[in-house]
Amino acid sequence: MDTIYLLIVLAPLFGAIAAGLFGQQLGRTGAHTVTVAGVAVSFLLSLVVFWHHVFGGGGVYNETVYTWLVSDGIRFEVGFLIDNLTALMMLVVTFVSLMVHIYTIGYMHEDPGYQRFFALISLFTFSMLVLVMANNFMQLFFGWEAVGLVSYLLIGFWFKRPTAIHANLKAFIVNRVGDFAFVLGIAAIVFYTGSLDYATVFGQAEGMSQAGISVLPGTEWSLLTVACILLFIGAMAKSAQVPLHVWLPDSMEGPTPISALIHAATMVTAGIFMVARMSPLYEFSVTALGFVLIIGAVTAFFMGLVGLVQNDIKRVVAYSTLSQLGYMTVALGASAYAAGIFHLMTHAFFKALLFLAAGSVIMAMHHEQDIRRMGGLRKYMPITYATALIGSLALIGFPGLAGFFSKDGIIEAVSLSEIPGAGIAYVLILLGVFVTALYTFRMFFLVFHGEERFRHAAPGTDHDHGHDHDGHGHGLQGDPKESPWVVTVPLILLAIPSVLAGYFVGPLLFGDFFAGVIHVDETRDVLARLGESYTGVMGYITHGLAMPPFWLAMAGLATAWYVYTKRPDIADNARRRAPWAYDLLNRSYGFDQFNDVVFARGTQRLGQWLWRFGDTLLIDTTLVNGSARVVGWASRQVRQVQTGYVYHYAFAMIIGLLVLIMAFAF
Amino acid sequence: MFADWPLLSLVIWTPILGGLIVLTMGDRMPEASRRVGLAFAVLTFLVSIPLFTLFDRGTHEMQFVEMIPWISTFNIHYHLGVDGISMPLILLTTFTTVLVVIAAWEVIQYRVSQYLAAFLVMEGLMIGVFSALDAVLFYVFFEAMLIPMFLVIGIWGGPNRIYATLKFFLYTFLGSVFLLIGLIYLYTQSGSFAILDFHHLPLGMTAQTLIFLGMLLAFGVKIPMFPVHTWLPDAHVEAPTGGSVILAAIMLKIGGYGFLRFSLPIAPDAAMALDWLMVTLSLIAVVYIGLVALMQQDMKKLIAYSSIAHMGFVTLGFFIVFMIYNNTGSWQGAALGISGGMVQMISHGLISAAMFLCVGVLYDRMHSRRIADYGGVANTMPWFAAFFVLFAMANTGLPGTSGFVGEFMVILAAFRADFWIALLAATTLILAAAYTLWLVKRVVYGEVANDNVAGLTDVNRREFWVLGVLAFAVLLLGVWPAPLLDVLAATVDNLVRHIAVSKL
Repeated sequence: MDTIYLLIVLAPLFGAIAAGLFGQQLGRTGAHTVTVAGVAVSFLLSLVVFWHHVFGGGGVYNETVYTWLVSDGIRFEVGFLIDNLTALMMLVVTFVSLMVHIYTIGYMHEDPGYQRFFALISLFTFSMLVLVMANNFMQLFFGWEAVGLVSYLLIGFWFKRPTAIHANLKAFIVNRVGDFAFVLGIAAIVFYTGSLDYATVFGQAEGMSQAGISVLPGTEWSLLTVACILLFIGAMAKSAQVPLHVWLPDSMEGPTPISALIHAATMVTAGIFMVARMSPLYEFSVTALGFVLIIGAVTAFFMGLVGLVQNDIKRVVAYSTLSQLGYMTVALGASAYAAGIFHLMTHAFFKALLFLAAGSVIMAMHHEQDIRRMGGLRKYMPITYATALIGSLALIGFPGLAGFFSKDGIIEAVSLSEIPGAGIAYVLILLGVFVTALYTFRMFFLVFHGEERFRHAAPGTDHDHGHDHDGHGHGLQGDPKESPWVVTVPLILLAIPSVLAGYFVGPLLFGDFFAGVIHVDETRDVLARLGESYTGVMGYITHGLAMPPFWLAMAGLATAWYVYTKRPDIADNARRRAPWAYDLLNRSYGFDQFNDVVFARGTQRLGQWLWRFGDTLLIDTTLVNGSARVVGWASRQVRQVQTGYVYHYAFAMIIGLLVLIMAFAF
Repeated sequence: MFADWPLLSLVIWTPILGGLIVLTMGDRMPEASRRVGLAFAVLTFLVSIPLFTLFDRGTHEMQFVEMIPWISTFNIHYHLGVDGISMPLILLTTFTTVLVVIAAWEVIQYRVSQYLAAFLVMEGLMIGVFSALDAVLFYVFFEAMLIPMFLVIGIWGGPNRIYATLKFFLYTFLGSVFLLIGLIYLYTQSGSFAILDFHHLPLGMTAQTLIFLGMLLAFGVKIPMFPVHTWLPDAHVEAPTGGSVILAAIMLKIGGYGFLRFSLPIAPDAAMALDWLMVTLSLIAVVYIGLVALMQQDMKKLIAYSSIAHMGFVTLGFFIVFMIYNNTGSWQGAALGISGGMVQMISHGLISAAMFLCVGVLYDRMHSRRIADYGGVANTMPWFAAFFVLFAMANTGLPGTSGFVGEFMVILAAFRADFWIALLAATTLILAAAYTLWLVKRVVYGEVANDNVAGLTDVNRREFWVLGVLAFAVLLLGVWPAPLLDVLAATVDNLVRHIAVSKL
């Protein structure tokens, strides 16, 4: 099997190198052929691996590929750990990546950076695979930062736009704040275990939970708790949890295919994957779990609210992604890791679908992204419409679609959880269901139903920044057109698992799919308790129909339908009645302003002061040039002595002689 | 076949001889001077390769040893030899010099032969510093090396070069005077100038402390450490590209090398007693200098400050070892810190060389180092932009590039000493990303800022290969650092064993 794993990882890397370095020679067709082929190979082989491990009884593969370095008895290695969790992630990553590769052929058709784009998304696929297949913390960190790098390069893909290059710098630095904590978490683990290898580290988790570390003088915390929280801060940046979420909405400056692949389906879920992978560690720290739970719940609800006031189609989906990542995080905090991973998978399908559908709409609208200037697209874009409907229903958790199974699993699990904070978290994620349905169908109705507002959108009016992306004017000439097949086929292929993926709820949540991979302490095993009443898919659906999440989702959908197709004045009224609330949401609670003033400008001012005062004034002017001046002054004084008159010197000699004689005499 | 050749003498004297030959060729045939200079640089590099391939990784003993009496009256020898610490630095020197000679090709038109001669002679002297095992021989190389650099900055430098050269020379000279006093004191105690004899010389605490502080002045200025770092930004700004490359890639490393060859093994008890000072200064370098780097308006100054911050990691790795011992009661993790510092030195040699060469590429076209004069370079120089972003990422310590390896090891080691030290050290992840990528944003990205940028031409073939070779080296060391660590292991382990034993 070794060769297969290597091939899976290296095929996209090969494609990336070929398209990146020899894009000119290969041409456009050559570049997309070689990268699509690379990812297709990865996907097909991932299928083989999945089959082998899940159905073929392949067991767990854990081998070193090569030794990166050895120092002081610590082995830094590169290797693969393939179990059911990895196999599932590989399948999700390569499938969505393949869809996005194909879609890109249509979406980036006219872009001058065509080859560069393909090289980067293939490089991303490579990095993400390295991340999920790692069997040690060093490689995990490599993948972790490598996906961040590609994300940086792709957000700034259109590097002429000031907004894009602001967004990518912001994304990288916020992620670095997370990585800063992440690397300290790894250091804490290596400190205790002396190893980077997952298996060795997990074996010592219990001992580590009893070891203490004095972070603040006079306090003694569990080393494991400190390590877990530090690792999770890394996940908060990567998976965009409050307050490190600020980069994700801005990342929408990148081309839509990467919003689907990187900023919805795969990279942002790396944090979720990481915590699930580390379940043998997190299970020994209730404190860390409680922290995870609260952060997740806050993100799930409050970021969903912001989605209600967004008018850029991509930003609505972006805030939805934040909220859904919050749901996954809540699941992790409640020790329902499997539910988190399950939602990760279903979300990857339906959110990638929604993003790509949004991209299809954006193409038809000639790069208009404001949903207030759309409407009535249903009859012009039937395939996009149908697939977007499936994606939206899956997102709000409509019974029978993928999102229903995974989200219900999370909500039920949290309701059973006894971790501190679980009560509040339950309320937040329950309300979040209503919010999800409301923002999702607000967007859906505004885009596909109602009046065809794009016809009379005059150019240059009510111009929000960043919309006039490629210099196309507003106001369409003629009817919008459905996108070409390279765009619609991926939509259809993603719509299929958006419906069907949920039916694996039995083995994934309540079965032994993750046995031996995800470790849950028996006292906290909420999924096992849920599983006791699990009688099959149909029972799960009918049970769901009687539960509050379903009714909340329907209420949200109905509200959206009424407000945005029947009585548009209600929304305007609400905005007028509570301008402060609208303002608060529109500014996304002011995180950006705060960071800008305190961190960005504060750091710059501090740096400026240290430079001007410390280096220039204190060291250079005062000490260095000052001592030079002192030497100069002193030598000028001493020079006075050298008068050149013989009698002065003779006088000095006589005095000196007298002093010496006195000294010897007494 | 090379095993019984005097390899070290060859790598020292081949470039010096080459330099003298180029010098005698004069300015009448610049093209021929370039070819001869390149031939000698390449030849030196080739001669240095057996040092790596024939190196015995299993021992900490000195290898390729040569010893001839020099001044018998004072027991001074022409004594050369390398171990795992010095050998990689010699290879870095021979490798970098080849690149510097190529990078100067069309760029230097003024007194070509003298320029090339200065670099070739400097190469030989720097290799002499790394391979000398006799303190007097070391000191001669250590001081002589300043002269060509002084000339390079003073003749081919920028408008404010006189201030910069004086500052550079006085700073480094002041430091080395104290080193000389220390070395003479050690001679009076041991009756020998052999550096390895100094290692085993028992010394009292006062003597150790004074020697340590004297050497700290010498090596702390060189590397440089806060607060004696301000000569470096000035020197870099005024130096021609080649001078900056050698200064950053090799000369700073001589300070780090000095700590490992002299300070730690000769005065381990003083180093342990003063570790708080060393660690504090190192952390100031990482945090304070990182913040100062953020606000620089001049590309070379920014990279110079970034160098100081990265060297802070080197000294942190070297001196954290005593804190690890105090905290955990074991020397486990000490070799990780010292090796990490060494890897950081080699890696920084490659990355800073690449960054300065990149700035040189821009400067040759625009004759400006001001960040504000640029913007949107990627539009007109796509290949250059790709290289610049790669090296910038390496500078931020991205895994997969060499910049990550040393930082990661030092952070892992620092955590064994203290949580807060590791935390402050790890701020480099944020700060380095901030100052480096902000530079990238302002220079490389964006719309074409002005007509000058619009008229830029992408890297030519010569520049492409120079940057390409460095990119390859940076990635290779990032993906597979094991060969370097294998070379270091025996020597570093021995050093840790050595400093673990008190001399009192």
